[in-house]
Amino acid sequence: MLELQGYGWLLLKGAKLTIYVGICSLAIAICLGLAGALCKLSRSALVRFAATCYTTVIRGIPELVLILLVYYGAPTLIQDILSLAGYDIYISLNPFVAGTATIGFIYGAFATEVFRGAYMAVPRGQIEAARACGMPPALTFRRITLPQMMRFALPGLGNVWMVLIKATALISVIQLPELMRNADIAARATHKPFTFFFAASLIYLLITIGSNIIQQWAENRANRGVRRA
Amino acid sequence: MTVDIIVDSLPRLLKGSLITLEITGLSVVIGFCLAIPLAIMRVSSLRSLWMPVYAFIFYFRGTPLLVQIFLIYYGSGQFQDILSDIGLWSLFQSAWFCAVLSLTLNTAAYSAEIFRGGIQGVPYGEIEAGRACGMSGALLYRRIILPKALRIAWPAYTNEVIFLLQASSLVSIITVMDITGVARVIAARSFAFYELFLTAAVLYLILVYLVLFLFQRIERRISSYLRTSA
Repeated sequence: MLELQGYGWLLLKGAKLTIYVGICSLAIAICLGLAGALCKLSRSALVRFAATCYTTVIRGIPELVLILLVYYGAPTLIQDILSLAGYDIYISLNPFVAGTATIGFIYGAFATEVFRGAYMAVPRGQIEAARACGMPPALTFRRITLPQMMRFALPGLGNVWMVLIKATALISVIQLPELMRNADIAARATHKPFTFFFAASLIYLLITIGSNIIQQWAENRANRGVRRA
Repeated sequence: MTVDIIVDSLPRLLKGSLITLEITGLSVVIGFCLAIPLAIMRVSSLRSLWMPVYAFIFYFRGTPLLVQIFLIYYGSGQFQDILSDIGLWSLFQSAWFCAVLSLTLNTAAYSAEIFRGGIQGVPYGEIEAGRACGMSGALLYRRIILPKALRIAWPAYTNEVIFLLQASSLVSIITVMDITGVARVIAARSFAFYELFLTAAVLYLILVYLVLFLFQRIERRISSYLRTSA
């Protein structure tokens, strides 16, 4: 089998960080997605336009370019603006913060579409019934719309997660010691690139399989109120 | 913001766009040719046919593209002796070849899964009608199943091509000078990071919408029989 020459723990440490980065990014993506979906369904044309710009532009730019833009570009942009105002300071971003925020920001655009579809799948009559019972909009959203949206959004969110966890490999480019970066370090140290990248790919596969099982469980749980023939 | 540096580097970025289009185009065409037979094997009832294809699709869809690129470009070094013996080592030394190979295999796996959905979406009555007319096997696939499956799968396939175009930016990591590669090199030399990466982002947006336009034209053409004449 795979001879990891004592670097196995490094890969596992990387895998832990990969999952951690993935979960943090997913949390950001879900918050942005909910906000984006509400904006897309807003009555104000300006707000709708802003949300549409966010989803179309972000989905048209490669993740790698956005990560490089945020990690290298954002600090220099802020420095340039501050130097115009007469301040001369040096800013650098933490790779974890830059990577997680960028991945979350990108997949927020995908989650927006998922939540918009889920919101529209909630029958209008239920929202009207809630209003008729005297619930104000915020309470209606929390008690009626949100729990049902989650049921419709779960398959889409599962897809977003699958793509997102694989996209976290790109953060290795800005030297965050996650799974891919650690595999690279081990491969360089041992001159066995195939062994370590293959081991890393198997860990990614395991994460995918595990996520599939969790997604199935979550979907069954969310649909427990639905009768089937 | 210095506009000069963007203007100065635009010719090189446009040359990079050609590389991006070349690598993506080649991978899409070869990947498409691989995906169709893979999809047909995937829906086969023979275990020896669908199992290996299932494993291939599962592996390439379950791991990040970056790992696949590194496995092929850096990983091939571990098999230098074997590859030199069969005369393939010079191919694997070229980053361009490894980039096209990994993108091709990746898109073949994703597209095969999309076309499988298309094949399974063909109404069974049409297949029965084809059989009743005396068609079987290859003829049935060529005349009835594949044209219909392609129409069903086309919107999803368009998405896959857009994803591949964006994913091709990863080849810059193995030193291929595509849009991202050119932007990274110039940015590292001039420290004009946001200017160059923003320009690269705009170039990608333009390419994405060009490809989208092209594929929607094809979609209109292959589904023109559905439109009623007004």
